[in-house]
Amino acid sequence: MKSLQSIIENHPFFKGLEPRFLELVTGCASNVRFEAGQPIFRQGDEANQFYLIRQGKVALEVCPPNCEPIVVQTTSDGEILGWAWIVPPYHYHCDAIATELTRAIQFDGQCLRKKCQEDHSLGYTMLSRLLPVIGQTMEATQLQLTDVYGNRS
Amino acid sequence: MDKPSTINKTNLNQLFAELNQHGYQIIGPTIRGEAIVYDRISSIDDLPEGWTDEQQPGHYRLKKRSDKALFGFNVSPHSWKQFLHPPERKLWTAEKNGSNFKITPEKLENPKFAFIGIRSCELHAIAIQDKVFIQGPHIDSVYQIHRKDLFTVAVNCGQAGGTCFCVSMNTGPKANSGFDLSLTEILEENRHYFLVETGSGRGRSILENLNDKKPAENKEIQSAEKIMTETSKNMGRFLNTEGIKETLYENLEHTRWEDVAKRCLSCANCTMACPTCFCSTVEDVTDITGDHAERWQKWDSCFTMDFTYIHGGHVRHSTKSQYRQWLTHKLASWIDQFDSSGCVGCGRCITWCPVGIDLTEEVAAIRKPDKSKTDYN
Amino acid sequence: MSNNVHDPMVPQIYEVTKRIRETHDSFSLYLESKSNSVISNFGPGQFNMIYAFGVGEVPISISGQVEKFGHLIHTIRNVGTVTSALNALKKGHKLGLRGPFGSSWPIEKCKKQDVVLIAGGIGLAPLRPAIYALLKERDQFGEIAVLYGARHPTDLLFTKEFENWRGKYGVQVKVTVDTADREWKGNVGVVTTLVPRVSFDPNNTIAMICGPEIMMKFSVLSLKQSGMSEENIFITMERNMKCAIGFCGHCQFGPAFVCKDGPVFSYNNIKPFFETRDF
Repeated sequence: MKSLQSIIENHPFFKGLEPRFLELVTGCASNVRFEAGQPIFRQGDEANQFYLIRQGKVALEVCPPNCEPIVVQTTSDGEILGWAWIVPPYHYHCDAIATELTRAIQFDGQCLRKKCQEDHSLGYTMLSRLLPVIGQTMEATQLQLTDVYGNRS
Repeated sequence: MDKPSTINKTNLNQLFAELNQHGYQIIGPTIRGEAIVYDRISSIDDLPEGWTDEQQPGHYRLKKRSDKALFGFNVSPHSWKQFLHPPERKLWTAEKNGSNFKITPEKLENPKFAFIGIRSCELHAIAIQDKVFIQGPHIDSVYQIHRKDLFTVAVNCGQAGGTCFCVSMNTGPKANSGFDLSLTEILEENRHYFLVETGSGRGRSILENLNDKKPAENKEIQSAEKIMTETSKNMGRFLNTEGIKETLYENLEHTRWEDVAKRCLSCANCTMACPTCFCSTVEDVTDITGDHAERWQKWDSCFTMDFTYIHGGHVRHSTKSQYRQWLTHKLASWIDQFDSSGCVGCGRCITWCPVGIDLTEEVAAIRKPDKSKTDYN
Repeated sequence: MSNNVHDPMVPQIYEVTKRIRETHDSFSLYLESKSNSVISNFGPGQFNMIYAFGVGEVPISISGQVEKFGHLIHTIRNVGTVTSALNALKKGHKLGLRGPFGSSWPIEKCKKQDVVLIAGGIGLAPLRPAIYALLKERDQFGEIAVLYGARHPTDLLFTKEFENWRGKYGVQVKVTVDTADREWKGNVGVVTTLVPRVSFDPNNTIAMICGPEIMMKFSVLSLKQSGMSEENIFITMERNMKCAIGFCGHCQFGPAFVCKDGPVFSYNNIKPFFETRDF
């Protein structure tokens, strides 16, 4: 079985991470597994987790009152789940549910935050890896909002 | 080219008769509703003798001349394209029969036109439309048949109009090719005659039948040349065409487009008056029974909103983008498409713009550095 | 013009031999020629002008060909008066057709290369003949990836064919939708998110994109981020078309007439105009 550290090292999100940072983040990590249909976090919950998806698929849902939940994004192999752990006030913005058997690495958000505060260059590294993902999510959201395939006549 | 000849006014009438005899329908300048237009004419009496046209941005007036010149004006509001590329024509008829239907193409007729008094810029305009309609991979059947037997008697402009800039576009004022016969009208104190040049075998054989034609004397040739030099010197407008394609392509976001859009009414006059604008649309019509359908082709303009409609909206929905399309097509992308400018410098779009937008002025403004892009230092 | 040359402005009569409902708002018509001159050869990506009697004409890409000579498939989204009239046609009904017109997908260029096809919504229809052409000579090409995005799972076209493409031909087919309910077990997110999820060698890949302009713009960006160069990216443009032969002027896009120079363009060739607003 692969060591936790080598799994983290080989995940696209942490590709090329400096060894000393790798050691620091591994200290906050553990292996997790979610069954299909299992909730991972809920909107409004304290955001104390950050996940690297190894295999599987997670749906991010918003649930308007009196409506069926709407899936707005899915995240799968080689991608990440959750960035609210680094943005105050550290609350999740939507629901996350595994849609199939999903294996992931879970990081303790409080642990990561503490290490980032102690070592700002780790903090900077984390942010510069997270920001492109957040940026892409924003761009994707804009595209979804423009409803490009819709009937605009 | 043959040596030029001279003819007088009477010979000109004979020329009309000759053309009639050869089965041509004669179209030439004549006065209708306070304008000199191109229409069917039968003799030189129909020509606007002693009249001229005063043209300025958004301005056109007929004025009496002090002489009896037959061609002493510039260009008519409508160009000759109305005859070769009709403003409206039926393409085909479809008849329904149960669940089946049948399509019958409209029969084509050859009207055999002779254009009298066509100017050099207008001959260039026809050469440009030839590239669009009959020199590409597809043939426009009506244009082809109307064009096939066209006979042209060009007139070299004896004066430049207020909105003319053929010299800038290298399309005039003297007709150098594309005509069967060309005339330079010369008015001297006691003499009114025409220097005739031949541009084709057909032109030569028609000319040979005229009685009193004489070989031109050097003095007469020089008089004609002098007129051409004068006309060239007096162009009402100037357009700098150097690197114009690149200039326009590089300035698609110039603030001048916003500026002109505030003045432009999107009325489409410029495109209707332009001798090279070729856009058309099709309209499908049915009768009340629903069993009989027709398709009509009609002139269209890039200034209309529906021009760029695709499901969901219009691609060019602002006057800015429409004007930019028209000007960049005319002066830039036309060069990529057809290897020549789409503008012949006839000035019609300037004269007939109700608010007097002058494309030469717009290009000059776009050539200047964009105010919004100058830095503060 | 000699009499045996068909005037490109005059439609020929075709019969609807089959009609398939593809999604809630799109359908396919299988057409067979009723006149002597039939369209036997067309390039993938080319389109026809389809005439609904008494209503009007619309440009529709060819979405496939039945093995039998002279049979064509068109997949149409019901969005306007003409497409709605076409939607009402049943087996045995007739329509008018002119074509084929325009440029084709660069299948020859794909040989010995990986191929990425990105489709959005109804955009899979014009790409399907390209996919068929690639599968017909599967061993000539490297990796083939089909990335398909739509608004909602109910908008997806040709889903029954995906398993065949995957299983029989080893094509990486990835599908995503903009929004879905819980029933949908696939991806949710815009089509560009699929680009990093498939394998191809960006230095030896030809990409073909068909969909709404904004979606194509973002797809080009994603492909460039993955390391592809612009000259290997091909897109299709949609513009108003009336004549389809370069006479009517409606479809002009800078120096190009979309009807005859397109609809398939190398991104490199139209980039400056593609990036100009309202052009």
